[in-house]
Amino acid sequence: MMIEKNIEIENKSTEAKNIVLEIKDLYKSFGDNHVLNGFNMQLHKGENLVIMGKSGSGKSVMIKCLVGLMEADSGLIRVMNKDITQLTREALDILRADIGFLFQGSALYDSMTVRENLEFPLRRHTKKFGKNIDTEKLIIEALENVGLAHTLDLMPSELSGGMKRRVALARTLILQPKIILYDEPTSGLDPITAKEIIILMEEIQNKYGTSSLIITHDVDCARVISDRMILLIDGTDYAVGTFKELSASKDPKVMAFFKQ
Amino acid sequence: MATLKNIIIKLSTFFNEIGELSYFAGRYFKEIFKPPFEFKELLRQCYNMGNRSLLLVGITGFIIGLVLTLQTRPTLMEFGAVSWMPSMVGISIVRELGPMITALVCAGRIGSGIGAELGSMRVTEQIDAMEVSGTNPFKYLVVTRILATTLMLPLLIILGDAVALFGSFLVENLKGNVSFQLFFDQVFNSLDFGDIIPATVKSFFFGFAIGLVGCFKGYYCKKGTAGVGKAANSAVVFTSLLLFVIDFIAVFVADIFYEL
Repeated sequence: MMIEKNIEIENKSTEAKNIVLEIKDLYKSFGDNHVLNGFNMQLHKGENLVIMGKSGSGKSVMIKCLVGLMEADSGLIRVMNKDITQLTREALDILRADIGFLFQGSALYDSMTVRENLEFPLRRHTKKFGKNIDTEKLIIEALENVGLAHTLDLMPSELSGGMKRRVALARTLILQPKIILYDEPTSGLDPITAKEIIILMEEIQNKYGTSSLIITHDVDCARVISDRMILLIDGTDYAVGTFKELSASKDPKVMAFFKQ
Repeated sequence: MATLKNIIIKLSTFFNEIGELSYFAGRYFKEIFKPPFEFKELLRQCYNMGNRSLLLVGITGFIIGLVLTLQTRPTLMEFGAVSWMPSMVGISIVRELGPMITALVCAGRIGSGIGAELGSMRVTEQIDAMEVSGTNPFKYLVVTRILATTLMLPLLIILGDAVALFGSFLVENLKGNVSFQLFFDQVFNSLDFGDIIPATVKSFFFGFAIGLVGCFKGYYCKKGTAGVGKAANSAVVFTSLLLFVIDFIAVFVADIFYEL
């Protein structure tokens, strides 16, 4: 009995060590609009977790709460064992170096060249790479990872939608984050480019062993990339499971996502 | 009853906005003394705002000098007081017309530009991207812009005054055969520190107001591209109103000092 209890405690502690990102009972409202109603999730080390939900279901709100861009009404948000609601601005900024964020619209700084876009996040995080940081090498390496080393001196306005998304991904990678958050990585892209982005995401995950949280409503993206999925319905983690499990569900609300 | 309710709502919105603007100004003063200092971006903004406004301020000042002299000359001639022209033009331009008109032109040129630029950065999530990369966007975007307008506007006003006086001299030279030396001797003889210091001090406040309102409107821009237009437009309207209020306060305070 005692041994079983010890094993259980050990398992729990191993699982706790593996959790890089955790949300418990997250609530967020905008006036009378209750967007998140006690949402829960856990992201494990090296895992690709997909969160699917309809437009306006609160996926982007949830991901913004996760990086401190938005303040939740209540709930626990723990990133690498740190409660982000309790962190000072400086501590949060340091933690953010370990969290990459790919925005839905790429969010490249349009007054800067591709090189300057990639250089920008490095300015505040020189400590992470030491004093003898070779900025140029890091920039080239990040761009080579996304196959766009030749775009160094181009402006974002000179890039196509897919290229912008790749450069944004390179900018996310340059800080060598442990977790990458993808907000609708394939939205607004043609099917071929979307597929290229999905392959790229997989390659990055395999190469760096990052944990990824992917917000999407693209079923193809979820099928290819997800280790586990959460369906965000009515502001809650309505269904959790693998793609196979969820796509076989008989629940009408769950089935609605896979009827395509 | 409905009209009264509307008035109350509008008044409450107005005072709410004044409160938010004051908080924004407070945050500026808090952040300006905290490292890291963004000198490179500050210089870039000074160049953008100063250098690129030179032509506009110069042309406006020149026309003001011409028109003021052309319109005043006949009246002064009637009273046989045309020799007072340089003194009158000098005092009116240095004390009031130069600073006020240059500030209004800059509110249109620089204020709307800042509102639109930051507004578009907000709606395309570029400000959020800076935030999640661990860079303080308030410090990088807002502090540098407000400081740049505060430092550049006095210089632009000096330029505007100089060109306006030159425009006035041209009319006097053509119509009254007044020499360059005589004209400017009379201008500087009629001016004392009591004219120059209040005008210089208020020009710093004008610059601060243009930067502050432009940044405030852009930084908190909402509702997509329509919001960007609204931010740019309301930055100009609100700044223009604020410039007149600052001018009134400056004249009022200067008057108290004169009486002492």
